[in-house]
Amino acid sequence: MSAAAKAKKKARAAAPEEFWNLRLYVAGHSAKCVAAVRNLNAFCETHLAGRYRIEVIDLLENPKLARDDQILAIPTLVRKVPEPLRKIVGDLSSSERMLVGFDLRQASP
Amino acid sequence: MAKNGNGKGSMAKLAKAPTGIQGLDEITGGGLPLGRPSLVCGAAGCGKTLFATEFLVRGAVEHGDPGVFIAFEETAEELTANVRSLGFDLDKLVAQQKLLIDHIVLDSAQIEENGEFDLDGLFIRLGYAIDSIGAKRVVLDTIETLFSGFANQAILRAELRRLFRWLKDKGVTAVITAERGDGTLTRQGLEEYVSDCVILLDHRVTEQVTTRRLRVVKYRGTAHGTNEYPFLIDEDGFSVLPVTSTGLGHKASDERFSTGIARLDAMLGGKGLYRGSSILVSGTAGTGKSSISAHLARESCARGERCLYFAFEESESQIVRNMASIGIDLHQWIKKGLLRFVPGRPTANGLEMHLALMHRQIRQFQPRLVVVDPISNLAQAGTLHDATAMMMRLIDLLKTDQITAVLTSLTKGGEQREETEIGISSLIDTWLLLRTIELGGERNRGLYVIKSRGMAHSNQVREFLLTSRGIELLDVYVGPEGVLTGSMRTAQELRERAAEEERARDADSRRRSAERRRRTIEAQIAALQGELEDEADAERRVVASERTRLARRDEDRSEMARSRQADAPKPANGRGGARAGARN
Repeated sequence: MSAAAKAKKKARAAAPEEFWNLRLYVAGHSAKCVAAVRNLNAFCETHLAGRYRIEVIDLLENPKLARDDQILAIPTLVRKVPEPLRKIVGDLSSSERMLVGFDLRQASP
Repeated sequence: MAKNGNGKGSMAKLAKAPTGIQGLDEITGGGLPLGRPSLVCGAAGCGKTLFATEFLVRGAVEHGDPGVFIAFEETAEELTANVRSLGFDLDKLVAQQKLLIDHIVLDSAQIEENGEFDLDGLFIRLGYAIDSIGAKRVVLDTIETLFSGFANQAILRAELRRLFRWLKDKGVTAVITAERGDGTLTRQGLEEYVSDCVILLDHRVTEQVTTRRLRVVKYRGTAHGTNEYPFLIDEDGFSVLPVTSTGLGHKASDERFSTGIARLDAMLGGKGLYRGSSILVSGTAGTGKSSISAHLARESCARGERCLYFAFEESESQIVRNMASIGIDLHQWIKKGLLRFVPGRPTANGLEMHLALMHRQIRQFQPRLVVVDPISNLAQAGTLHDATAMMMRLIDLLKTDQITAVLTSLTKGGEQREETEIGISSLIDTWLLLRTIELGGERNRGLYVIKSRGMAHSNQVREFLLTSRGIELLDVYVGPEGVLTGSMRTAQELRERAAEEERARDADSRRRSAERRRRTIEAQIAALQGELEDEADAERRVVASERTRLARRDEDRSEMARSRQADAPKPANGRGGARAGARN
């Protein structure tokens, strides 16, 4: 990674005003899905308080969306904004891994 | 237990979904197991995707079964473009709601795993796709891609097991493709999950020639062909060639036809060859194998029956030209569409491909006579063993369809071996052996009927001449010096004729001298007869003159007595005697 890109990334991660748009794909109310919703809410409150929006999509109700967003695994969390696009699958039980996955480690030392 | 794939009306008989793939339905006794997943595995580039696509396309077009194609590797556009050359119009099928292509993108760089998950998303997608067009057939190509997308293999395996069960419950006939693994059928051991039907595709290179093969590894509840069957992919798609499955159940025909060479017909029991029999014409180079084949081809066309000529040595125009030189006009039959040449180099394809192409040509052209000139070259396209197996299947195929096969075989070397290189002599019904008979500084052609099943055939050798009016068979000279042919035969004939003339002249002269002798004797007889008559004459004259003399003497005596006035009457004799003595 170039120095410039590194600097940019740092700047973005540090930017406190960046708004997060998150989508969580679930299928019904299985234990995994319920856990994922709970874990995601807790995570966002802790790390992204006030600058996030969570959209929970139940594929059982909207099966067509599975194709549009290339969803295979359930639950899948998709971050569209900020870029780059990120997908995290699973019940999000480890907030440490969430931080790594979303490049947030540097923002919250 | 109840492996009665061929049995009829059995309760245990498995319902099947015909694939529409040429030949595969024959091997599997009807197609893939209906409503169950089947696994198609093979190495890269062996035709898995095409197999799967054709399964869907044929299902949609020929059986009205809508299908879903879940593509893990190619986009819908790529897939459509790839099979367009095979005449499959996926866009049209998609527009008709007969096909749905869903491309699943898996980018492991984008995906992070965190905790427990399942593949409900895939199930939902699949379920949605199936339900939206009422699909009866599903293809997952290649589902193993999932293993590179997710790190948690334990979850993945459990989910795959669940997926295949789910597919079964859905009642769709599914084809799941998988890469071949090292020492296993599939890299990820998918055969553990899909156990109803496993088909292995293979792509082998032997001596630089590629052959594709298909094998049904497993088919639960069905008796299936277990051999490796060659298949090919060409402009008509996928075709499997279950040629060995024909067995020996073919019907033998009693119909006979002429070879076009009258004396050859005479050698073959006077009626010629059986329809649907296999005829081998073997011989060394230049013995006239092609000429005999051309005769048979012409004769077939003249009867109005189509003939297919596979030429592995000469081009069509070369054969036509050469045969014209011996008075066989093949061109007219080509124009009339009764004769078709299929030229090709034996090395251009693998044997299986050759067989497949021949099979196709035969199916298309529907000939009554097939000429393969020569079969010996085919051994170059593979091993001898393969070539034999291939010929066996070709002959089986032709016999089943009651097509007469004329196969020529080049025997190598100076030896006149009574066997073919390719080792199929036992499969042959009528075997004509052409030999060159080398004698007196010449090579001449001789023809033998080595065998001819089902007819009383001649055991004699015939000299075989290529004239401007075609083939002529002549008797050879069999004498104390052995069999003579060519100019030796001609010379022998001349010698015999000369001797005959000599004998004729000789007899004539003997006859003439005998006649001369007879005439001489006759002349002698005539001369003697003359002498005899002369003698008799002389004798008569002597007798007559003596009588006259005696009469005169008596007269004289009595005259004298009268004149002497002797004692009268004296006996005439006494007087006469005295007087006669005095006069002498």
